[in-house]
Amino acid sequence: MKSIPQVLTSRDTLPRTARIESRSRRADFPILASHPELHYLDSAATSQKPSAVLDAIRQYYENDNANPHRGAYDLSARSTQRYLDARERVADFLGVIDSATLIFTRGTTEAINLVATAWGRTSVRKGDEIVITGMEHHANFVPWQQLSILMGAKLRICELTGDGRIDLDRLKKLLTAKTKIVAFSHVSNALGTINPVREIVALVRDKAPQAITVCDGAQSAPHMRVRIEELGVDFFAFSGHKMLGPMGIGGLVGRRSLLEKMPPYQMGGDMIEFVGDDRTTWNVLPHKFEAGTPNVADAVGLAAACDYLDSIGMDGVRGHELELLRELIARLTAVEGVVLYGPTDLSQRSGVVSFTVEGIHPHDLSTVLDQDGVCIRAGHHCAQPLMRRLNVPATARASVYVYTDQNDLDALIRGIERAKEMFR
Amino acid sequence: MSNLEALYQEVILDHNRKPRNFREMENADRRIEGRNPLCGDEITLWVKLDGDTVADVSFKSTGCAVSKSSASLMTSSVKGKTVDETLALFDRFHQMITGKLADGEREKMGSLAALGGVARFPIRVKCASLAWHALRSAVQGGGQEVSTEHEGPPQTEGA
Repeated sequence: MKSIPQVLTSRDTLPRTARIESRSRRADFPILASHPELHYLDSAATSQKPSAVLDAIRQYYENDNANPHRGAYDLSARSTQRYLDARERVADFLGVIDSATLIFTRGTTEAINLVATAWGRTSVRKGDEIVITGMEHHANFVPWQQLSILMGAKLRICELTGDGRIDLDRLKKLLTAKTKIVAFSHVSNALGTINPVREIVALVRDKAPQAITVCDGAQSAPHMRVRIEELGVDFFAFSGHKMLGPMGIGGLVGRRSLLEKMPPYQMGGDMIEFVGDDRTTWNVLPHKFEAGTPNVADAVGLAAACDYLDSIGMDGVRGHELELLRELIARLTAVEGVVLYGPTDLSQRSGVVSFTVEGIHPHDLSTVLDQDGVCIRAGHHCAQPLMRRLNVPATARASVYVYTDQNDLDALIRGIERAKEMFR
Repeated sequence: MSNLEALYQEVILDHNRKPRNFREMENADRRIEGRNPLCGDEITLWVKLDGDTVADVSFKSTGCAVSKSSASLMTSSVKGKTVDETLALFDRFHQMITGKLADGEREKMGSLAALGGVARFPIRVKCASLAWHALRSAVQGGGQEVSTEHEGPPQTEGA
């Protein structure tokens, strides 16, 4: 896998005239405000939460908490309304017009499992093929691998280019009349690669029009303007906790015609219309796929996170991250012994940088950095198939978000230099 | 001594740079593979027994400084020991890296005492114990893969 340095343009390495600041925004995040020594560079794993989100959750429990869709009293009606509003808000944030096609789940993992189970087990036949890519997170890899085994289908893995992008020529060859599912990430959690979703969807429509497309949006929805209907995918999965929202809420957006034909994923309350002694009919969308008491408070929290992100503007979020990314790559490139992974063109990268330091295992690097309050991820990033393809057992990964600023990058670089001293 | 200095003592760094007994072994009696699912560390351990005595131990591994130096120090310290002595040393070593060994006892650990700093880093216990779990399994006659998944605070690798 090529490292980035040789392709950086002079524009990217020009000395900055102003430091990248995010002081005022940092104040919005209680954990960062009360721990000024913390340099949190692991937002690709989970984001920190602004007061606005924490307040919204608390406010819901203090004022509107009841079981929605059930009680014939005002409090329950208020809870139902809050849940409804939250769905509308999140759908709007993601460019989804028909909000009933947004199913709340625990997160991306559950959303993908929903498709693999409800659509996969009823539609995939022996001899069919499921196409995924070599850069997928385990959450968008293992469900398809296991579905293939269960249904007697064949799993085809699209290999990557040398700089960590989906090889579209290879993908084209994998798409045939046998292809039933094409699943791929919008943004790679380990490399930061932004995949050309619309181009991929067009290829699928052309070469395998019978196939459905499933997009793992866990790393894109938090960091860029996403309009799902414009992307053209059949299913899009995302997680709230990576986009300033609470843990335990996320969603699946699906094409209505597909969702309506799919059987329920889980059985229980809320998802039924009529329960007889020997048969049951299903509730309408989205309730058919939301069995049990829904997670209203966290949906409300996620809606507040969407408000917060929109107050910055997703183009502003992306702009801030691009500045940090350019600085981070330039600084890392200047450190001797650092190898970077992923695309060389910054317009094809999100704010995630995977790297290794010669002679220092990422785990040791992480421990040294941790002593200075610098939190990075070290390991295989839930992407063991990708690590095999990169031919490294593990990498270090730094990832940025709206509250990251230049002080955090300075601390990272200082820590790497310190680790190099120690392990000389 | 800072936590960091306690963990990465010169002995550790030296064994990381130049691991001892870092080789494959022909005609070994036992060969065993171990892995740490958290960070992807992998080790292959070879053991040659002479009756009840560990005649030779060697290893090859990919992993962090803690896991590699721990394996290296282990191979140096168990050669010539009986199986029972090796198992007893496993117990004492494990107590040391989990902070359960009395200070007086720690001094009797010889070169292995350099790994005592691991006790200050609970999430690194898995790294230090990987080779030892493989060794214990090998001398007890096992040939299966060992894992350190159950060691230390519950942890997996995600996102």
